[in-house]
This record gives sequence, C-alpha cells and structure tokens, in this order.
Amino acid sequence: MNWGLEIAKAVGLAVVMFTFLAVVGAMFGVLLERKIGGWIQSRLGPKHVGPQGLLQTIADTVKLLQKEHITPRAADVAIFNTAPLIVAVAGLMDWIVIPFGPTLIVRDLNIGVLFFAAMASLTVVGILAGGFASNNKYSLLGGLRSASQMISYELPMAAAFIAVAMQAGTLSTVGIVNAQAQRGWFVLWQFPAFVIFLIAATAEVNRVPFDLPEAESELVAGYFSEYTGMRFALFQLGEYAEMFGMAAMATTLFLGGWRGPLLPPIIWFLLKMYLIVFFLMWMRWTYPRLRLDHLLNLSWKLLLPAGLIWILITGFVITFF
Amino acid sequence: MGELAVFIILSAITLVSAVVVVTSGNIVRSALSLVPTFLGVTGFYILLQAEFVAGIQVLIYAGAITVLILFVIMLTEGGTGLRVRQINEQVPMSILASAALALLLISVFIRAPWPTAKEALPQYTASGIGEALLTNLVLVFEVTSLVLLVALMGAIIIARRER
Amino acid sequence: MLLLDWLYVGVFAVVGLGMAALPLAIVWALAPRAPYPQKRLTYESGVVPFGQAWAQFNVRYYLFGLVFVIFDVEVIYLYPWAIVFQRLGKFAFVEMLIFLVILLLGLAYAWRKGALEWA
Repeated sequence: MNWGLEIAKAVGLAVVMFTFLAVVGAMFGVLLERKIGGWIQSRLGPKHVGPQGLLQTIADTVKLLQKEHITPRAADVAIFNTAPLIVAVAGLMDWIVIPFGPTLIVRDLNIGVLFFAAMASLTVVGILAGGFASNNKYSLLGGLRSASQMISYELPMAAAFIAVAMQAGTLSTVGIVNAQAQRGWFVLWQFPAFVIFLIAATAEVNRVPFDLPEAESELVAGYFSEYTGMRFALFQLGEYAEMFGMAAMATTLFLGGWRGPLLPPIIWFLLKMYLIVFFLMWMRWTYPRLRLDHLLNLSWKLLLPAGLIWILITGFVITFF
Repeated sequence: MGELAVFIILSAITLVSAVVVVTSGNIVRSALSLVPTFLGVTGFYILLQAEFVAGIQVLIYAGAITVLILFVIMLTEGGTGLRVRQINEQVPMSILASAALALLLISVFIRAPWPTAKEALPQYTASGIGEALLTNLVLVFEVTSLVLLVALMGAIIIARRER
Repeated sequence: MLLLDWLYVGVFAVVGLGMAALPLAIVWALAPRAPYPQKRLTYESGVVPFGQAWAQFNVRYYLFGLVFVIFDVEVIYLYPWAIVFQRLGKFAFVEMLIFLVILLLGLAYAWRKGALEWA
C-alpha cells in the first residue's frame, strides 16, 4: 500500500472534482438558472456575452475577482472570513459519495448516505457563523431563520434516506443503485419518500419556495448581507454545489443512478441529474415564497410524521410480504 | 508510522481548538471552536475503525449540538463580541493542581497492564451495531427511546413561555 | 479499505479548503483596497445603524433546535435498524415500532404544548 501514491491520487481527484463543481455546478448552474428563468417568464436570459450568453458567468466571475473585499468595522474578522469557506467546503464534500458510474465514485464509503446527511448539516454551522460574525441585525435574523429552516428539514430528509436504505439493505450509494437493478427504480416503490426528499432538498438549499431567509424584500439578503465580492460568490458556490448534490443524490436514490440502456453510464447519470435540477429551477420560477411559520409547520407537522409513518409502512410491507 | 502521524495531527487539532474553546473571551468564537474539536474526535473514531460512530459524531455534534449552542448564546447577551474576562484570579494555583492531576493520570495510563483482545473484535460497522442493538441490547434500545421522550418533555416544560 | 477511504475524505477537506481560499487570495492580490469609515459602517438600509445588533430574542429558536436534536438522535438509531431488520425477522420490526411510537408521542406532546409554534 503505497500511501504517497494514494495521497497524490486523492489530491488530483480532489482538484478535478472541485474544478468540475465550480465550473459545471456553480457557473453553468447559474447560467442555466437565468436562461430557464427567462424561458419560463417569456423573456430572454443573458444573450450578449459569448454565443447565446454562454460566457456570462465567466465574465461575472472575472468581475467578482476584482471586487474590493469590504469588511464591516463591527464584524468579527476571523469568523467573518472563515464562514464562507465552511459553507463552500461542506457543499463540496457531499460529492465524495456520489456515484457517476459503477466505478466512477471518489470513494464508496460504507456509510455513504449518512455521510451525505452529515455534510449537509455542517452547512448550517457555516451559515450561523456568517450571520453572527456580521454583527448586523439583518444578518443575524437571516442566519437564525435560515438555520431553523435547514435543521427542520434535515429530519424529513433523513427519513427519506432511511426508507430507501430499508429497501436497499445498505447505506452505500453504489449498493443502493445496484439494488435498483433487481426490482426497479425506487421512485416507483418509494414515491412518498421521493416527494419528501425533493421538498426537503429544496428547503435545505434555501431555494424558492423556501428562500425567506434570503429574500430581498424581507431581510435585505439575510445572512450574507455584509458579504461582498468573492466571499459572496463562495457562499453561492456552496449553495449551488449543494443543490446539484441533492439532485445527484435524488438520481442515485430514486432514479436508478447511472443505469440505463445503450448510452454510457455517466451520460445517463448527468441526464437524470440535470432533469432534477431543471425541475428544481422550474419550481423556483413558478411558486411564490412560503411564510416562515408555514414553512416550519410543513416540515414538523406534515413531512416529519409522514416520513416516519412511511418508514413504518415500508417496514411492515417488507417484513410481512 | 502513518497512523502515528495522523494521530498526532488530529490530537493537535483537537487540543488546540479545545484550548480556544475554554480560554477565548469571545463567546461566539469559543462556540465555533467546538467544530474542529468535534471533527478531531471524528478522526479518532476513524482510526479506531468505527466509521458509523464517526458519521453520527459529525451529524449530531458538529451539526446539531453546535447549532443548539449557538442558538442558546443568542438568547443570552454575551454575543456582542464583548470580551468576557475570566473572573477567577487563581491562575498559579490552578496550574499546579492541573499539572498534578495530569502527572497522576499519565503515570496511571502508562503503568496499567492494558489487556489485549484475544478473539476477533466485534464489528463496528453500521450493520454490526444494528444487529447488536436489536438482539442483545434490545432493552437498552427501548429504554433509550423513553430517555429521549423524557428529555423532550422536560426541556419543553422548562423552556416554553407561561400561557 | 477503511482508512484509505477516510484518507480520501481528509485530503478532500484540506484540498477543498485550499481551493476555496484560492479565489480569496486572488482577490487579496488583485482587488483595490480603499476602506473609509462610511464604507465600513454596518448596513441598515441606508440609515446609520441604531443600537446593538442584539435584542432579547424569542425562545422559539431554542425550542426548535432542541426538538431537532432529540429527533436527530432518534434518527441515528433508525439508520442501523434500516439495514439489518430484513434479516432479523418480525421481532426487529416490532421493536422499532415501539421505539417510533414512543417518539411520535413525543412529537405529539411537543405539538400540543406549542413548542412547534413560530408565533
């Protein structure tokens, strides 16, 4: 076991994965969002920069790289600077357990799905840190509300994971995709879990209809009111990477991962993942925003009991039939 | 050899953040330093081949308990970043006492005849833990749910507003 | 191999931190730096900030966090059960049924006592 070689491989893989996420996830994702938003609202999205506006986000990134970093005088500098790093890294670590193909996975951890949930809950700490460090009423309130929302939706998400793990018999993501080979995609057998997971995933990444903590008319920009330039971009990178990660996990758990006839596995995986991303973006431009207490009621009083009861139903059916 | 290096790095991370937690005057910084401490402990669990426990350590401690502590800090008035001075003036005496305790503990640890396991160790994987919980330790498992219920009810009774 | 798996995770975390800090370093090198007091004032929609950033906040945040911790601990018992219950027979299902019913009772209690109300 040549540890030096393994470490070198790991570093290379990490660089490749993060570059992929930064380009395909964040930059292309932002562009996709603006184009889809334009299409749904019967207007054109970005058009001028590059052919059909494809270079828009690159131009935005170059612009952001030269923006001044303004640190408010009242902010706690150390925490203010590390909060975006926590959110970005937590969003990117999720991707270690996503299987792009039968062997195209960074590492197939035995506790794959649990690891994914753990990384998603680290994001909350970064957001709270950012809200606290800014020493600004809006940031603080936005951070607290965002944290309350995210923790409330982690439980239904975990319930969905558990229901799928029950049917697959393993927590490993590769194992779950393989289990769908025999009996069909879990979207058919575990449709309630699929619905619960999609709703919880939308709330976890603070997207409309659950984006009250960052709504402009409510709280300026919520927990990142005081963040300018590239630090803001890092928060957005973390959120978009996590959104793509949730979509990738939804394809792995429910839509059969990389499985499909004819085309190579990774193409199927990306197709399904982008389908879910399109669905999430479609929801954004269609639904109005939910009020915070409605949002929390939805999680605690509807989704969590529904998730737990679905777990019991799945267990009953599997044990007795 | 590699494991020893990893152990030393993890210990450094854990101990330095723990010291920051205890001595920092800024309470928010002190609470956020808990996160590297918990992540260091996660590393220790992995060195012990207990990956399920490592996963739930991150999920519960770094994810849920830290958030709860930050919420509680917000309820007090200490979060403005004021430096809270430790009012205890007995620093030399405490250094002496903790050094004496450290010496006692270290000598006990080094001299104790730790037995090594002769049979195969039980599996610390998720399925191993699950089997143990549901067959040998069933009563403990059910009592745990009662403990959680009591904790929930107690905390709600203490914390909710008077109606 | 277990340690190899997690070595990858550790390397990913370190490299991720480095690569996330890279744009910040580029900004530190390239961007202009011209702070003056008005620019560094805390943002409050264009007016001078009033008072401290803290007020006596509601206890509801704490209640949500608390109920979340309790249910999170419950969920971590569900994870190992989910993957072994198939081969342990009916008894394992009944045990978890009892566990979940007790905790659903807890949720109902929290609901009735208003711990889950935002207002």
